[in-house]
Amino acid sequence: MPETLLEVNHLKKYFPITKGLLNRTVGQVKAVDDISIRLQPGETFGLVGESGSGKSTVGRTILRLTEKTAGEVKFKGVDIHTLPPEELRGLRPKMQLIFQDPYSSLNPRVRVGDAIGEALLDHGLCSRSDVRDLVLETLESCGLSSYHIDRFPHEFSGGQRQRIGIARALILNPELIIADEPVSALDVSIQAQIINLFSKLQQSRGLTYLFISHDLSVVEHLCTTIGVMYLGSMVETASRDELFRHPLHPYTKALLSAVPIPIPKLKRERIVLKGDIPSPANPPSGCKFHTRCPFAEEVCRSQVPVFRDAGGGHFVACHLV
Amino acid sequence: MNNLMRIDGLSTHFFTEDGEVKAVDDVSFRVREGETVCIVGESGCGKSVTAMSIMGLVESPGGKVTSGSIEFQGEDLLQLDKHTLRSMRGHELAMIFQEPMSSLNPVIKIGEQIMEPLRVHLKLNKKEARAKAIELISQVGISRPEQIADSYPHELSGGMLQRIMIAIAISCGPKLLIADEPTTALDVTIQAQILDMLRQFKADSGMSILLITHDLGVVAEMADYVIVMYSGKIVEEGEVVELFSNPKHPYTRGLLKSKPVINQRQEELYSIPGQVPNPLELAPSCYFHDRCEHCMPVCRSKQPVLQDVGNGQKVSCWLYEEALIHA
Amino acid sequence: MAVNSSLAPVRRAGAASGRSSLFRQSVRRLLHNKLAMSGFVVVLFMFALCFVGPLFSPYTDNKINMAMMNKAPGLKHWLGTDALGRDILTRVMQAGRISLTVGLASMVLSVFIGALLGAVAGYYRGVADQIIMRVADLLLTIPGLPLLFIFGALLSEWKIPTDYRMYIVMLMLSIVNWPGMARMVRGQMLSLREREFMQAAVVLGLRDRRKLFNHLLPNIIPLLIVMATLNIGGAILSESVLSFFGLGVMPPTPTWGNMIDAANNMIDFQQRPWLWIPPGLSIFATVIAINIFGDGLRDVLDPKQKR
Repeated sequence: MPETLLEVNHLKKYFPITKGLLNRTVGQVKAVDDISIRLQPGETFGLVGESGSGKSTVGRTILRLTEKTAGEVKFKGVDIHTLPPEELRGLRPKMQLIFQDPYSSLNPRVRVGDAIGEALLDHGLCSRSDVRDLVLETLESCGLSSYHIDRFPHEFSGGQRQRIGIARALILNPELIIADEPVSALDVSIQAQIINLFSKLQQSRGLTYLFISHDLSVVEHLCTTIGVMYLGSMVETASRDELFRHPLHPYTKALLSAVPIPIPKLKRERIVLKGDIPSPANPPSGCKFHTRCPFAEEVCRSQVPVFRDAGGGHFVACHLV
Repeated sequence: MNNLMRIDGLSTHFFTEDGEVKAVDDVSFRVREGETVCIVGESGCGKSVTAMSIMGLVESPGGKVTSGSIEFQGEDLLQLDKHTLRSMRGHELAMIFQEPMSSLNPVIKIGEQIMEPLRVHLKLNKKEARAKAIELISQVGISRPEQIADSYPHELSGGMLQRIMIAIAISCGPKLLIADEPTTALDVTIQAQILDMLRQFKADSGMSILLITHDLGVVAEMADYVIVMYSGKIVEEGEVVELFSNPKHPYTRGLLKSKPVINQRQEELYSIPGQVPNPLELAPSCYFHDRCEHCMPVCRSKQPVLQDVGNGQKVSCWLYEEALIHA
Repeated sequence: MAVNSSLAPVRRAGAASGRSSLFRQSVRRLLHNKLAMSGFVVVLFMFALCFVGPLFSPYTDNKINMAMMNKAPGLKHWLGTDALGRDILTRVMQAGRISLTVGLASMVLSVFIGALLGAVAGYYRGVADQIIMRVADLLLTIPGLPLLFIFGALLSEWKIPTDYRMYIVMLMLSIVNWPGMARMVRGQMLSLREREFMQAAVVLGLRDRRKLFNHLLPNIIPLLIVMATLNIGGAILSESVLSFFGLGVMPPTPTWGNMIDAANNMIDFQQRPWLWIPPGLSIFATVIAINIFGDGLRDVLDPKQKR
């Protein structure tokens, strides 16, 4: 078995809720509550959940864009959260992030070529004379043209900007790419282009992805392993085929049945959940899903279910499975 | 079924620093009573501008309905004076938007905002209006309606607010509900709730829905009749089952193929190459020609017209004109 | 909303093909803004008048000429003469030199202090932020004009030579103006820090120097230019007020403010309008023109217009 590329153990990220003049802490938002993920090289892990599930915070905490509350994040065996700043900076090119919003993730006053090439120069990975050639090559592999190099971001459409964001990450030759909802802001026809670009790059460069999305159909297309999050906790993890064919957790089932399928007059079993996602500042006791679960029993209200192997590497946190 | 609304040759243009943009270009369609019509297309295709034109909301930022007619229950909305139009909006003609948060006034209580159209259009007194508002809130599936009526928009989640918007929209019993991407900002489980609710209301009241969306899944679930728009023009329209099982226009086909579908995974996703043309540089041609795999010389020089191709389907594509000529 | 999204490709198309420059684009848009350009022309005209005009005047020696006291405008003295027989037009031009210089210099100084402190506060936050912003808040709680009056009165009390007073007035104006500037820059800095492209800079592992100079500053400079422009107008006004009350630049050095002082006298005010209308109009025209130009600049450079 190859060396584990990313190992996240019991990661927690709590945001304090402060009140009043003195910033007294009156509570905590448990955005990420005890999440563990393991990624082998070349794998694509899909992290699925609705808004407020904490999936984006997981990505950002792994990259130490925010400090963790507890747990550890090991990239090739190195604990990222205990590294001194200068060493962390040296490691950054190996772990890259693709953002959801292709508009705000590019500086409006930096030319595309500079935006893509600057990190190479800053890390001394390339000489000033070679940088332009490398940028051109990367632009090309992301489906952009060489004459785009001197333009500013506002001259591009959303899909092209997302390609620029991908090129900016790719040029550093990363091993891990965390993609945070990279296609949700794009139109369907452009979405397909970008999804294909992700697959193509993975094949040609052996990339490992942590793909964060709310769109199950995109996740099914791209990911080999999938984890479903609800209110900061992982409720189910399984391989793609296993999860989509035999979902175990009621929440996963509900999610799957809620996705509209482009086949008219299709009759299918649908689990329509009651109510809204509770506030992560005040999550329900016991199983966090019990307030919306159509099958909830007494035990779900009082006891937190254990995240356990239900057979063949299919992990689930539910009393009823 | 009778026609409720008939749009004929509608064009809406925007005048910008850089030139004139034909956001909606000679669009005609109809909505029958009790029917759900979906307009589907990507951003910038003119689907939202069509809805805004119907509501008379395009005038402000350099936009203008340049030609056409919008006949609603036999009256041309474009010829109506402001006052009559205003009394129709929110009464017989209601609209919900993508962002419920920005459509509600943040400093007025939810209940009051629901009561307002009831008092204006249905002339209810304060007490009756409040009773009706609370009834409406529970109708859209929100528990503790009294409490919700006395809260402010920021205290509610996006899904709840969209429900409140629907409550306001249906409060005066509209004949037509225009829903502009009503579930795009919501999570799938909430989207499922909202769509179920819209379907329920439609069945109960017999109103028509004009649903604007980019999501083909939503279209398949909701629509009776589908209109596909591209660069301000209708490229294809038809009954939902026909259109999905037998799409004619290369763009419609491409769209359907490029959406990943759960449990139908393919190794590689089909994708339409290129991107939407610049609306300022549109020459007389099929606007889809440079992304089309069937592009012929005629596609680059002449614009195809929307033609009936049987089975109640209409398509605007030279491939079918050729077929018609040879037949 | 819908309208915006449908126009997005238009904005994309606005730029010409090939290598474009944001600066050139801004200039082009500014040239299209007629109101702003007319403001700019007026400002240019005032500068030219004040700095070049006196070279063509035969009365630059400011000699007291009792024979020519309080003459109404005429062929010899186009705008008349004052109580000491000096040519008003020449003095308005010379006063303009001082007023414009004071305005410009105090603007440069307050932008420099304000931007530097604001940037430090916004970038490093923590203790530095607390100290700088509390000092700024303190200064902002004191109404500007009374503070300037007190400074001015102190200067007179300490018998500062009139030649130096001009420089001290500049300094005074900057002290009053920098806190507003610092707040603006700090606010901008804080909001930029939260933008995703700054997070991207962290993920890319860019050095602090690059983050500051290549990413933050270029996004702040447009705002600074607008603020600075509008600030000149304010500084000219403040200087005029001070000098009008005899607390700023002192006669015989002329400024527009101390020339209007003539209107203090009822007889002069009613019967010799040529004494105070020309400097008054100069202030009015210059400040309005600067503000119109500044507003135009804001329209062009405001980053909210372009994402």
